[in-house]
Amino acid sequence: MFYREVGQFKTTYAADQAIFPIRQDRIGLAIILFAAFVLIPLLGGEFLIASVMIPFLVLALAAIGLNVLIGYTGLISLGTAAFMGVGAYACYKLSTIFPQVNVLVWIVASGFVSSAVGVVFGLPSLRIKGFYLAIATLAAQFFLQWCFVRIGWLYNHNPSGAIEVPGHTLFGIPVTGPQATPITRYYVVLVIVVVMTWFASNLVHGRIGRSWMAVRDMDIAAQLMGIKLLPAKLLAFAVSSFYAGVAGALMVFMWLGAAEPEAFNINQSFILLFMVIIGGLGSLIGSFLGAALIHVLPIIVRFLPDALGVPVGAATVEHLTFVITGALILFFLVVEPHGLAQLWRIAKQKLRVWPFPY
Amino acid sequence: MKDDILLAVRNVSLSFGGVRAITDVSFDIRKGEIRAIIGPNGAGKTSMLNVINGFYHPQEGEILFHGRARRRMKPYEAASQGIARTFQNVALFKGMSTLDNILAGRTLKMHRGFFWQTLRHGPALAEEIEHRKFCEEIIDFLEIEHIRKAPVGSLPYGLQKRVELGRALAMEPTLLLLDEPMAGMNLEEKQDMSRFIIDVNQQYGTTIALIEHDIGVVMDLSDRIVVLEYGHKIADGVPDAVKNDQKVIDAYLGVAH
Repeated sequence: MFYREVGQFKTTYAADQAIFPIRQDRIGLAIILFAAFVLIPLLGGEFLIASVMIPFLVLALAAIGLNVLIGYTGLISLGTAAFMGVGAYACYKLSTIFPQVNVLVWIVASGFVSSAVGVVFGLPSLRIKGFYLAIATLAAQFFLQWCFVRIGWLYNHNPSGAIEVPGHTLFGIPVTGPQATPITRYYVVLVIVVVMTWFASNLVHGRIGRSWMAVRDMDIAAQLMGIKLLPAKLLAFAVSSFYAGVAGALMVFMWLGAAEPEAFNINQSFILLFMVIIGGLGSLIGSFLGAALIHVLPIIVRFLPDALGVPVGAATVEHLTFVITGALILFFLVVEPHGLAQLWRIAKQKLRVWPFPY
Repeated sequence: MKDDILLAVRNVSLSFGGVRAITDVSFDIRKGEIRAIIGPNGAGKTSMLNVINGFYHPQEGEILFHGRARRRMKPYEAASQGIARTFQNVALFKGMSTLDNILAGRTLKMHRGFFWQTLRHGPALAEEIEHRKFCEEIIDFLEIEHIRKAPVGSLPYGLQKRVELGRALAMEPTLLLLDEPMAGMNLEEKQDMSRFIIDVNQQYGTTIALIEHDIGVVMDLSDRIVVLEYGHKIADGVPDAVKNDQKVIDAYLGVAH
């Protein structure tokens, strides 16, 4: 009824090649952006912004990076957290060596450092595929994490072994460190995530995205189209690690404020992998939905008994959260193995033809 | 006018370990002709195509394309020289739409770099739309307008074959290799496909080399036929000559010992 493209005639190929060809989708996107930029900072409390929205956006950004690799190019990686770590440590080193330079510059620069490391660990992908590649990327995970623990230079020989974010200002407003307000940090993260999501969406809808998907679906035929496998795969690793690196830098600088090597362990890699699989392989919306399901859902479950006035002990809630989240993940995977993004597509299709079945 | 040789295969031998797939085969493909490669199963026809577009490297012999010899090359080099190909078992990009598959065939013609691709405005978008126009001509030509946005994995087999032909045509090839374009099709689909092959040959002037088991189709379509058996060439010539060749009849029908 509300979601119908009848009467929206496209008269140019430009209109038809647009990323959101349907008007309702563009309106929906505008509403989401309005909510993110205006409503949430205005109405949301500190908890919502600092503990829900910032982590959600950071994880979604890392999930987009992983999705470029797994969902679009078909290369399984278990080293995402390590690449996030590279970004975080690079940003920390750069911003402590050159504290006078704007920290945003270093956040982007740390993405490039992570990108370079990702390309090195992506080299085996020409020869090995599937599960074997996943094991090869595990090497990146363990090796890089070992570096974070053993190389004192990386954390400036801090006796605690952690990296602590110094205070930085942007146009006189503190953006990192204890003085920065959650709203400022939220805006910085939001702008970076929106811009990078836009870049990613442009990439995957153009020539480069098509060559990634060609490599994913049928690499022999892709070669015959003139696509060189190694550059295409390494570019996917570079872009993916760039996103992971920026997400890692944001995670430490804008969300946690300090981090130990353990923050970038294999658990984190797996959580990101779950987000991508549950959200939907090869879908940017899926990356957001996956991050929301895995990060936001447990928070909602934790607060639900209180909100409903059901008296449940704190420890019980903690356990229940795991049980319910796990059950919901299973439920979604059984209902739609192609992820939440596919559910979203089906829902849109149903809406288009509503009230008729097809 | 049809005497210029586009591609010449000279004394090519190919073996995998102890198995000889192709033994000392020579033939040529002239510009603008439809050349058929036929033979019983296991004769080395697909291996021959794989040699031509660079998947296999022959141990002996050489291949001349546009008169220049080449020994080892990568498939993407063959693609950039203008050799396109379809596969016996459809090798489409299953997760993509028909349009995206055909656009993927334009990859080599698109040059805007990473920077513009991330912006998808200005030159990158203009390029995208220009190639979309070209792909629409192919879609129009192959009569697949109605499945433009459909994911190819869900299409029936006959249409998938047609999309694959479209993807190869998007490369604007000088030499088009078709590996059993009519395998598994019914009569009507075969007629459609034959029409497309003739149209491609006549409208675009594309040279075509095809492998096909349907002898009737081969006799009607092709200008010249080369017959392989157990990796050896046993006949080469115009359809009528090949049809009456005793060796070919023996190869297909068997011979009394």
